[in-house]
Amino acid sequence: MTNRKLLVASAVALALSSGQVLAENVLRWTSQGDALTLDPHSQNEAPTIAMNGMMYESLVTRDSEMTLMPELAESWESNGNTWTFKLRQGVKFHGGEDFTAEDVVFSFDRARHEASDYKEQIKSVTNINVVDDHTIELITEEPNPILPNQLTSLFIVDSGWAEANDVVNPQNFAGGEENYATRNANGTGPFKLVSRAPDEETTMEANPDWWGKGEFPGNIDRLEYRPIANAATRVAALLSDEVDFVLDPPLQDLKRIEGADGLKTTTVPQVRTIFFGMDAGVEELRTSDVKGKNPFADVKVREAMNLAIDRKAIQRVVMEGLSFPAGMITSPGVLGNNPEQDAEIPFDPERAKELLAEAGYADGFSVRLDCPNNRYNNDEKICQAAVAMLAKVGVKVSLDAIPKSQHFPKIQNRETDFYMLGWGVPTLDSHYVFQYLLDAEGSWNAAGYNNSKVNEITTAIASEIDADKRTMMIDEAWTEVRNDMPYIPIHHQVIAWGMSEKVDAPIASDDAFRPRYAVMK
Amino acid sequence: MLAYILRRLGQSVLVMAAVSLISFSLFNFVGDPVNNMVGQEATREDRVRIRQELGLDDPIFIQYFRFVSNAVKGEFGLSYRVRRPVDVLIKERLPATLELVAVSAVIALVVGICAGVYTGIRRDGWLSKTILSTSLVGVSLPTFIIGIGLIYLFAVTLRWLPSSGRAGVVELGWWKTSFLTVDGWRSIILPALTLSLFQLTMVLRLVRSEMLEVMQTDYIKFARARGLSERSINFVHALKNTLVPVITIIGINIGGLIAFSVITETVFQWPGTGLMFIQAVDFADVPIMAAYLCFVALVFVVVNLIVDLLYVTIDPRIRIAGR
Repeated sequence: MTNRKLLVASAVALALSSGQVLAENVLRWTSQGDALTLDPHSQNEAPTIAMNGMMYESLVTRDSEMTLMPELAESWESNGNTWTFKLRQGVKFHGGEDFTAEDVVFSFDRARHEASDYKEQIKSVTNINVVDDHTIELITEEPNPILPNQLTSLFIVDSGWAEANDVVNPQNFAGGEENYATRNANGTGPFKLVSRAPDEETTMEANPDWWGKGEFPGNIDRLEYRPIANAATRVAALLSDEVDFVLDPPLQDLKRIEGADGLKTTTVPQVRTIFFGMDAGVEELRTSDVKGKNPFADVKVREAMNLAIDRKAIQRVVMEGLSFPAGMITSPGVLGNNPEQDAEIPFDPERAKELLAEAGYADGFSVRLDCPNNRYNNDEKICQAAVAMLAKVGVKVSLDAIPKSQHFPKIQNRETDFYMLGWGVPTLDSHYVFQYLLDAEGSWNAAGYNNSKVNEITTAIASEIDADKRTMMIDEAWTEVRNDMPYIPIHHQVIAWGMSEKVDAPIASDDAFRPRYAVMK
Repeated sequence: MLAYILRRLGQSVLVMAAVSLISFSLFNFVGDPVNNMVGQEATREDRVRIRQELGLDDPIFIQYFRFVSNAVKGEFGLSYRVRRPVDVLIKERLPATLELVAVSAVIALVVGICAGVYTGIRRDGWLSKTILSTSLVGVSLPTFIIGIGLIYLFAVTLRWLPSSGRAGVVELGWWKTSFLTVDGWRSIILPALTLSLFQLTMVLRLVRSEMLEVMQTDYIKFARARGLSERSINFVHALKNTLVPVITIIGINIGGLIAFSVITETVFQWPGTGLMFIQAVDFADVPIMAAYLCFVALVFVVVNLIVDLLYVTIDPRIRIAGR
């Protein structure tokens, strides 16, 4: 018996020590959805950008704290309509090609192609001048104070590689053929692609020739990514030590992960605000019993709707504490968010009833709430809670909770009276919110909001370079919005990551995993 | 005989046409794929352009006609989600599903028949009662609960088997198999067991009731009277005669297994066609959904055709009526 024990012990010791000899830091990680493509200009979707951002780099990037950082550009400055970027020297692509100004021009042209999903982000750029091999100028029609913010996911590809592999343009659907760049990557970034099986496994290894080697804390040698669609299975994989890091554990499982040996969770407020929109722009609501007029056109009704929602209760009961009740539709971290404006809108059903009576709806009215059921954290449950809260002030809401593929077209096509939407701000600047949600012409402004002052400011802040003046204008516009209440802010979402205690991956409010900062013990 | 086969083939083509048309008209309700294909910044003009490029604004019968005329040529287009040709994707994913279905069919048959014979003979034994009552789990619990339960037991608590995925795959030409490595077998056990439980229960109960019936028949009594051994009565004379309905049911249910594998594959992240289909539904990836539904319809039609033809050879009455 003793002999056997000894044998087992020595076998275990041998196994352990051989493990240490091969001490390569392999990080196995998972999330719900794989990157849709590795083509860096084909699909503007957060998980795709995060995955590509491990292999490709842009001129300017953000660290885990969301601070703008130099990446392929070492410095940049603006002068009127011109932004000058000094490019990093001595950088090589994974295939060995030199990184030069020509690649930047090529990548911008590629991103401006009709089939690119990034052309909107750089539409202000009218011209690119190559000053020398490592200096470029981006010329814009009007001065653009936030151009660097708009470039953080505009990845640079090698022109020679793209030409050699016939991927000068991003994927076009008419062709019916797979594009080489969909499953192959040649960037300048900290990780090189080793293998790619979409929806199965993607492996990368550290790029030994990366310019940033030694400047970043990360010590990962190899990344093994395996998407797991089912949330419970994803958590099980972490609990059974088959993965070291889960990007998106379901919020209700965080306590379970926290309670398991050797596992931990981290959370951070996300740059994404959840809110309801009320269409004030139509003559008559499509789903209401009020005919001939639109109750939402009256600011008293919109205020009443806002006062009827108990945001604290939603936070406590629906979100299990994992949300931040909001007063405005943009999150902390975005330029323009301030604690005063973002103060939670009070819950006051009595006042809501009075306001409804003043507006001529003492008996309330009916309307349908359109809600997604597979897009945001607990989206459908939030809507259910809101329906009950609104019923208490006399607004009879019927709920239509449907998958996102059916929900968002309703907003796009202006076919909804009352809807849920979440909005993230990749540029971290309020302009992005005004441009799409509050400007009368905004493509996601299904609230029909039209305030001439807000419209003016939206245009003005796109080209105002005086930072102080610009911030004041943004503030002024938000005050208008707070008074007009076109939307019902609910909360800012929270991101949670689950990982092994061996791993230290700094969480980021854009939910992107940045392995260059990840440390394994 | 030839006329019978031709008639059946003609009916199969009709069924395929009907299934594809019905599934195609359903795609109008899954939503707008374009919204998933572009970022939130995309302009309205851009969305309209893509819709036109994909022909999504055309009337449904024109879209259907285009689909059928391309499908006849073997072209199923490009997946909206992963931007790769649909036929290539299905070919890549099919081995995983077929291997999963094969293993679970074997589990269902072997365990189901053995347990069915046992419970049929020892009707009142405590083991029979236990088997029968636990087998109820197989039909009454939803697949995903069984799957998650097995994962928590064998992967999280005991750590004997991996929780998900398909490890240890070996490539034999274009066919990727997980039968040749230990890792491969370790990862197929849990999903195959999950998928087999429903069929297993059905086979078990079918064999048991057939056994009970056969044991009452005269020829078994005569066999006993002739002094044949219990073993040879049970397994040679009785079991043989219970198998005809069992094989029919299993044949038909192979199609069912492929269809049920959608849920099992999702729970275990098994990289087969079912998982691909679920992800396509989520994304409103019409080319994948259309091709997959036609493929499943084809499987059902072919299996039914084979079963029908087998009937003809087994049962001469059909042959005569068919004339």
